[in-house]
Amino acid sequence: MNNKTYNGISAPYALWCLVFILAPLCIVAFYALTDANGNFTFANISGLSIYTDTIARSIYFGIIATLICLVIAYPLAYFISKSKASSQKILIMLVMVPMWMNFLLRTYAIMVLFEDSGIINTILTSIGLHPIHMINTSGAVIFGMVYDYLPFMVIPLYTAMTKLDYKLIEAARDLGATGFQTLKDVMIPLTRSGIVSGVTMVFVPSVSTFYISQKLGGGKYTLIGDVIEMQFQTAYNYNLGAAISLLLMVFILICLAVMNRFGDTDEGGVVA
Amino acid sequence: MEKNVIIELKNISVAFDGEPVLKDLNLKIRDGEFVTLLGPSGCGKTTTLRIIAGFQEPDAGEVIFEDKCINGVPAHERQVNTIFQRYALFPHLNVYDNVAFGLRLRKMPERDIKQKVEEMLELVDLKGFNRRSIDSLSGGQQQRIAIARALAVDPRVLLLDEPLGALDLKLRKDMQVELKKIQKRLGITFIYVTHDQEEALSMSDTIVVMDKGEIQHIGSPTDIYNEPANAFVADFIGESNILDGVMKKDFAIEFSGHVFKCVDKGFSEDELVDVVIRPEDVDITTPEKGMISGVVTNVTFKGVHYEIIVDIGGFKWMIQTTDYSAVGDKIGLLIKPDEIHVMKKSKYSGRYGDYSSFSDEMDHISDVDEILVDVEETEDE
Repeated sequence: MNNKTYNGISAPYALWCLVFILAPLCIVAFYALTDANGNFTFANISGLSIYTDTIARSIYFGIIATLICLVIAYPLAYFISKSKASSQKILIMLVMVPMWMNFLLRTYAIMVLFEDSGIINTILTSIGLHPIHMINTSGAVIFGMVYDYLPFMVIPLYTAMTKLDYKLIEAARDLGATGFQTLKDVMIPLTRSGIVSGVTMVFVPSVSTFYISQKLGGGKYTLIGDVIEMQFQTAYNYNLGAAISLLLMVFILICLAVMNRFGDTDEGGVVA
Repeated sequence: MEKNVIIELKNISVAFDGEPVLKDLNLKIRDGEFVTLLGPSGCGKTTTLRIIAGFQEPDAGEVIFEDKCINGVPAHERQVNTIFQRYALFPHLNVYDNVAFGLRLRKMPERDIKQKVEEMLELVDLKGFNRRSIDSLSGGQQQRIAIARALAVDPRVLLLDEPLGALDLKLRKDMQVELKKIQKRLGITFIYVTHDQEEALSMSDTIVVMDKGEIQHIGSPTDIYNEPANAFVADFIGESNILDGVMKKDFAIEFSGHVFKCVDKGFSEDELVDVVIRPEDVDITTPEKGMISGVVTNVTFKGVHYEIIVDIGGFKWMIQTTDYSAVGDKIGLLIKPDEIHVMKKSKYSGRYGDYSSFSDEMDHISDVDEILVDVEETEDE
């Protein structure tokens, strides 16, 4: 293929990038750096310090949810990759099925389960146990994140593990490694690319989510995504909303850069 | 002899999904011995090795290491190390870190590790490769690193699972010599798994021939070759003409319509037996002088010798000789008493050792077989 046809084929994608990625980014940056009258200002950015707590909470919740996902997904992905080829397909499908259901619906379902008079507490009281207060707690918000984003952790880990040669694990055991040493010295380094993509794919949406915190946190745990939504939907302050978005983007980029450092394997880490 | 047995397998049985893989296997391995488990694909040789390594628990029976039962002892606590079929070197570590892997787990001081790694790399002739990545090594070099890695932790027993299977013929021959040299130098026990009979004959002190989960014959290479226990062993090791015979009395056997003198005794009178005659042990003469005679049906030039197929009373013999005969020639055969090997009838009788289906293409077919064997072995696991 010569360069000319190559350019011809890539043109639609270049156009797509321009219209739907580059231009919106510029618009966000423009709003962030102007006031309501369109005059250039740093006021939006400098005013963001009042959201320090919200940003810190968003990142904290995101990290916790990501870690929980990793701890659940790693053994699960290993278990799936080690099962028979026929069962692997079914198990992976089971992991994916919740993703086919609408995200809002899933969050509502958790609400129904967790409410003070919800399904779980009804069952608990009916068998003579004390009801547990679950809804509108930070735990419920993090549970929602874990539940919604777990498949994004399982899939890349599973992919990395199917590529892992089981003989390497046996070789490590053979040379005297305990189960934990094998995990630490062989499995984790060799599945690092999967860990980095999984962490990225869970952390980014967790940090920027807004709906989960509203429905499961009862408005007590405002996250940065909620603030952005509020600025656009209720306060109609597009400029401040854009400024927060920009800040969030910078934060995520920094997190990814740090992560890429960790994942700096021969394959060059994850695409961010 | 009994004193220095290092590993003993007692009544070992294993089944996968109800399919028996090993049936009541008993084996003693002496310290410092080079033992080869030899057999076709699916004979249970790799499973036997995995049981010794601790990757597979037997369904029944005991694994004994220096008089102690080690059933249930995990692989990392056993004093045996394995060279895997495709080496299983850690791709995320360089040569040095691969060899040092087991030493670091043993919390050896880094200075001693360095010395040991250097020593091992020298042993396998790869000095100065410390910082090379595994990907940059050839198959033969990876093989050597795998050996260095396993030997670095001073195992009592080294298990080798078809270690040369992935190498080309020339390299394989060199590595055979080298492995044998390393084994002699270190004086440790090697348990070697292969389906290549030539490899087994040239390297081993003791060969254990296996088929269908059972040991068919244990013996030295010359024993196995000259005195095979049954038709399977005779056929699997080298080429053999295996005929039905009748033991007339001690030192006299009848086959192909002629009574031969032989060196075997202890059979009952007129007992039906299997007779093995190696193709290279037959002398060719004129039909008049021969003990038996037949017509040449096929001649193949093999370099050092001719391989000729002779039809004697409907049974086709293979004979390797340096004397040329043409197809259609009538020739006589002479067989000396000590070149006749008599075996009791077994379940393998009548299944091997007849060259009536022989053609030149057979050579190619047997090559394909070997490739298939490789594929199946990998799938087993």
